[in-house]
Amino acid sequence: MKPPPLDICTPTAVSEALSLLSEYGTDARLLAGGQSLVPLLNFRLSRPEILIDLNRVAGLSFIKDIGDHLEIGAMTREREIENNDLIGEHAPLLQEATTYIAHLPIRSRGTIGGSLANADPAAEYPAVALALDFVFVAQSVRGERKIKATEFFEDILTTTLQPDEILTKIIVPKIPNNSGTAFVEIARRHGDFALAGAAAQISFKNHHPYEARLSVCGAGPTAIRLLAAEKMILRDGVSQNSIKAAAAAASAAADPMADPHASTSYRRRLIGVVVSRAIAKAAERAGENR
Amino acid sequence: MTAPRPISLTVNGERLKGEALPRMLLVDFLRDVLGKTGTHVGCEHGVCGACTVIVDGMATRSCLMFAVQAQGVEILTVEGLADGEALHPLQKLFSEHRALQCGFCTPGMLMTAIDLVENNNSLSEDDIKIGMSAALCRCTGYEGIIKAVTSYAEQVYDKPARGKENNG
Repeated sequence: MKPPPLDICTPTAVSEALSLLSEYGTDARLLAGGQSLVPLLNFRLSRPEILIDLNRVAGLSFIKDIGDHLEIGAMTREREIENNDLIGEHAPLLQEATTYIAHLPIRSRGTIGGSLANADPAAEYPAVALALDFVFVAQSVRGERKIKATEFFEDILTTTLQPDEILTKIIVPKIPNNSGTAFVEIARRHGDFALAGAAAQISFKNHHPYEARLSVCGAGPTAIRLLAAEKMILRDGVSQNSIKAAAAAASAAADPMADPHASTSYRRRLIGVVVSRAIAKAAERAGENR
Repeated sequence: MTAPRPISLTVNGERLKGEALPRMLLVDFLRDVLGKTGTHVGCEHGVCGACTVIVDGMATRSCLMFAVQAQGVEILTVEGLADGEALHPLQKLFSEHRALQCGFCTPGMLMTAIDLVENNNSLSEDDIKIGMSAALCRCTGYEGIIKAVTSYAEQVYDKPARGKENNG
């Protein structure tokens, strides 16, 4: 169908967007890349009176190298992240996850901030955000605040962003030396929503992991950080047995929903599969550096 | 508040102007206001790829963009491919490889392939399959489409496409 009647505001500065949002409140929705919101509008599942289009707001699209972390503007396109060398060098997990997001024409327009704020439980970026401990920078007319990834995702399609806040920037810690990463996903067809996806970043010292970061998507109302599985890898190193134990812990931690594509038990099993593959691949990619 | 708004943009190298209500999708603006009916409307939620056009150099779903967002952009549609009666090389290859039957998906297939091939330096068969999975065809079974796009990639890169490498 076509979108319902609505108006579109096109601010060019963050301050202007913030005052519009503060003025219209819940009658308005922010329009980032629109690759999830516009389908909802076309289906009439969302009926905002006003869209505040962020696409012409200056200063929201950038990738900056700031010492031990990267800063990424919320309106940075997924396609830019996919092809950017700074991301490839310092956040390879984020880059690999990007290649699983839908299809190229969707990534041409979709944004990192839009995907994170949309908080789809099957989406790739929330899982990466939890694994890597992203920090979210939100602005409102009241000021600016930082939100940890663990405090950002609240429920299905729900974050702790307030109605008057705009996610403007994401802080991404750089990958340590001697690390390997992998994003592994199973979907019915490439580009479909994930039935299950896993993110892994494992860092080694003297051939033993000293930091393991694991998370899954498609595993419940939000992406999940797999703290129990991480502990097993840190304690026992990367071995067939520890991978098996970590996969079992991941399946146990998951709370997947059944839908016509897959039952709860099948999804739970898939979560173990993608987690074990992601751990093995991340360790393999750390390679000689281990 | 919701009166039609003027939009000026470049379509296939031509500066054009039109008016659209804020709710109008780009694909409807192209077809109904500018008369560029080569771009097709399929699923209207970004899945089928029939409405894919090139916006500022990148393949984009024109059903997931509002017309008013296209102010000042450059768009390439299927009408911009052929040079008069002379088909674009990719169009010739689609014909040679029987890469279409009913033709409904073809505009989106062509624009998807243009972006995929021209914005890369080399493509494996898997890259082409994954890239072209952005557009759905209900007739051909895709074999002809993959062959046509592979041949086009070979022409553009002036060398055979890489073999069946797995890109991970």
